[in-house]
Amino acid sequence: MQVKENKEFEPLIVAFCCNWCSYAGADLSGTNRLNYPTNVKIIRVPCSCRVNPMFILRAFQRGADGVILCGCHPGDCHYTSGNYFTRRRMTLLFSMLDFLGIERDRTRVEWVSAAEGAKFAATMNEFTEAVKKLGPNRRLEDLRCRKQ
Amino acid sequence: MQEAMINRAKQLLADGTVNRVIGWKRGEFVYDVTPAIFETAEEIDAEFVYDDFTAANVSKYLVKESKKDGKILAFLKPCDTYSFNQLTKEHRVVRDNVYIIGIPGGPKLDAEKIKAKGITGILGAKNDNGTLVIDTLYGEEKMPYYEALSTKCESCKSKKHVVYDELIGEDGDILESNRFDMVEKLENMSAQERYDFWREQLSKCIRCNACRNVCPACTCEKCVFDNPNSGVENKAPADSFEENMFHIIRAFHVAGRCTDCGECSRVCPQNIPLHLLNRKFIKDINSLYGNYQAGEDTTSRAPLNDYKTDDCEASIVHERGVE
Repeated sequence: MQVKENKEFEPLIVAFCCNWCSYAGADLSGTNRLNYPTNVKIIRVPCSCRVNPMFILRAFQRGADGVILCGCHPGDCHYTSGNYFTRRRMTLLFSMLDFLGIERDRTRVEWVSAAEGAKFAATMNEFTEAVKKLGPNRRLEDLRCRKQ
Repeated sequence: MQEAMINRAKQLLADGTVNRVIGWKRGEFVYDVTPAIFETAEEIDAEFVYDDFTAANVSKYLVKESKKDGKILAFLKPCDTYSFNQLTKEHRVVRDNVYIIGIPGGPKLDAEKIKAKGITGILGAKNDNGTLVIDTLYGEEKMPYYEALSTKCESCKSKKHVVYDELIGEDGDILESNRFDMVEKLENMSAQERYDFWREQLSKCIRCNACRNVCPACTCEKCVFDNPNSGVENKAPADSFEENMFHIIRAFHVAGRCTDCGECSRVCPQNIPLHLLNRKFIKDINSLYGNYQAGEDTTSRAPLNDYKTDDCEASIVHERGVE
């Protein structure tokens, strides 16, 4: 008996969501019965500023094909200014990844408020689609972590 | 120059202004000039060296030295004064415990580049109108002077001392340098070309941590790369991810604080152009958040410790340059 294999590439997306806005936004998209791909795995962080550049690299190491960071809109941070620092930090990090030749569309920062369930779902759909087009992450993966 | 420095150092030791001097002495070969601490006039007479191979930046040594008893005399080249100022700003050195004499930097030579020309047994070298005349065990050799310059001196950003107690020689000016040329060249390559370029370079890394140890901005007492639980502690990179990760994190940890002194590339035993990673961050900071030179003063806020409400979004990375 032959099992039909699903050849289509399914990316693994890691989404870091801030506790106060984006995580609630993701919740809202759920209660609104909006669809977003199951490829997206959400990690809740107290603030988008909590995300150390190392977290993003680690996610890629352990097999993520795309990493998206969601936080409150600038000016709306629960801790007043956390996301402003995130913005500078991630701009520089993404620019560096681009400089090292890693596909730039694998990383993204998006501001999603707690009221924007629809935006959350739309962003995730769009991002997953973009990463799917890029194919598996090969330039920033750790071969030892690859699933056989 | 060496004469004037030795005399002044001995004077300051004799009148009790300082109780030790940090300078340089010869290593095994003439071109192996390493930082050293001198406590007596005799030691200085015997071993103190300042020549064209003296490229080491001593400001990082002052993190520990300035916390000891008594004042220490330090000779700082213009690029070293930026590092020192940055350390003062971060409260890593005790400024009052250091007596700084600013000395002209002058382009330094890279013995590796001379050796790459097949010239060995180097006993000394001097510049003769654009030709470097090298005295070797096997006779005199010649090569173009600019080809023997240390990479960090090829694009000097400043000959101005930003901090000093006194000067030997003249103070210079901030220069228009072409230091971002190579970064720009890389930016204009395709992503695949950039990836190949960095694979070729970074795969040479043996994780000796010399770049971290020498960096005047890397002064954490506990470093992430020494943490045995981090999975990235001192060990050779096992695959391309680890190469990338180490160099991204190393450069990121000094982003906004790196004065571009070029020590990382100078000490790299594998000749990886590490300064390009730092310069990429400096170039981005300059273009996105306004010109900023770390170490220029001791009051301004570092770009990553600061923000403006109308900063550009991270998506700017996706919009510019070559993919």
